[in-house]
Amino acid sequence: MKRVSLNALMLGVVSLWSGAALADEVQVAVAANFAGPFQKIAASFATDTGHKAVAITGSTGKFYTQIKEGAPFEVLLAADDETPRKLEDEGLAVKGQHFTYAKGKLVLWSSKAGVVDDKGEVLSKGGFARLALANPKLAPYGAAGVETLKALGLYDAVAPKIVQGDNIAQTYQFVSTGNADVGFVALSQVAQPDKPLVGSWWVVPAKLYTPILQDAALLKKGEANAAASALLKYLKGDKAKVIIKSYGYEL
Amino acid sequence: MWLDADDLQALKLTAGLAALTTVLLLLLGTPIAWWLARTRSRLKGAVAAVVALPLVLPPTVIGFYLLMLMGPHGPVGAFTQAMGWGLLPFTFWGLVVGSVLHSFPFVVQPLQQAFEAIGNRPMEVAATLRASPWDRFLTVALPLARPGFLTASVLGFAHTVGEFGVVLMIGGNIPGATRVLSVALYGHVEAMDYGKANVLAAGMVGFGFAVMLLLYLLNGRVGPAPGRLEGRA
Repeated sequence: MKRVSLNALMLGVVSLWSGAALADEVQVAVAANFAGPFQKIAASFATDTGHKAVAITGSTGKFYTQIKEGAPFEVLLAADDETPRKLEDEGLAVKGQHFTYAKGKLVLWSSKAGVVDDKGEVLSKGGFARLALANPKLAPYGAAGVETLKALGLYDAVAPKIVQGDNIAQTYQFVSTGNADVGFVALSQVAQPDKPLVGSWWVVPAKLYTPILQDAALLKKGEANAAASALLKYLKGDKAKVIIKSYGYEL
Repeated sequence: MWLDADDLQALKLTAGLAALTTVLLLLLGTPIAWWLARTRSRLKGAVAAVVALPLVLPPTVIGFYLLMLMGPHGPVGAFTQAMGWGLLPFTFWGLVVGSVLHSFPFVVQPLQQAFEAIGNRPMEVAATLRASPWDRFLTVALPLARPGFLTASVLGFAHTVGEFGVVLMIGGNIPGATRVLSVALYGHVEAMDYGKANVLAAGMVGFGFAVMLLLYLLNGRVGPAPGRLEGRA
């Protein structure tokens, strides 16, 4: 008995030591809507593995362009499932590695209470001057917002009131500063576990837009980096899942 | 083939924004430049530093604070709403405010230099001939400072055409209202429409070169001492 536990202890020490010795850095391009949860995951990833994950946040469309132009990103956490697949087809990501790490939810949000009702009728009643959404050409949440408006038959009526953020983070900024009365953002931005919910919101029913499957990809530049594969594995683990769910994502 | 309807709209908007900004800057900048050129006040250094601030600040700083100040929770926003003008972000007039701030030193500094270059002598001579202060300013100082006004106008216009960070922060990318050329170009690049991006980018390089060339040529001809102004550009 004693021998076994001593062995286990030895093994633990060795693995800890080797983990520290192999500690590496991984450059991760993170879709803006996932910035909050990723920060927590990276902290817990660092504690558990010793690896350091460096986040670069932005819009998925921009990352795609930058990766094509040789950006040094090693892992991509996209806001869609199309971009990782395209990157694999184009040989810029490692084949067969992409998987859905979160399912995003679209929310119509106002930083003021009582502006957005829980059925989204504010959109047809038009009690707002500006509606913010992320550039639909670049950001899946922006595209989902446009889809929602079209599904409700309100797009043409609302179009003159639309202001576009470069990505979902800038869109959130437009709404949180009150410059836009309402905006389509990610539920994960509004429902941050360590921040009180502010304003009013309507979680857009999933049937109104194409599901936002957020896929991760191992990029070619990260193929040889142990920290990159470790991070992707970690994302599938229970600790990461708890964090992801706490931000209102589905899995 | 060249510009599609959207880009043409962006071009018109940009030209209008730059022209209006330049006119406003000349009106605002001339008295400030005159004061800076003549004053012996202790405040001169501080005022000159404030005027020069946009030269060293990233445009995103200006854009970020404008978004806060001009929004519904900011003092400027409260004022514009009280005046019945609504809120300025995401409007053409919001861009005008941002552009005026952003291009301020590009207009004030050449004017100040031109006024300083005149010196006291012509003004004193005019005074002994009983010209009133207004008369001295309008018939002596302004004509002598003409190269400075030319430089200021061209730089104010061109710098406004070239701005990006400010409009990205407060603009909202609205066609016909806030989507200027630099933002349209950014959108084309992000969407990987490199053909359209090239047309805009190459056009702006050509425009920038033409403007600077024109400025140097004209200053060489019009100005009494061109070397003095070239340093500003």
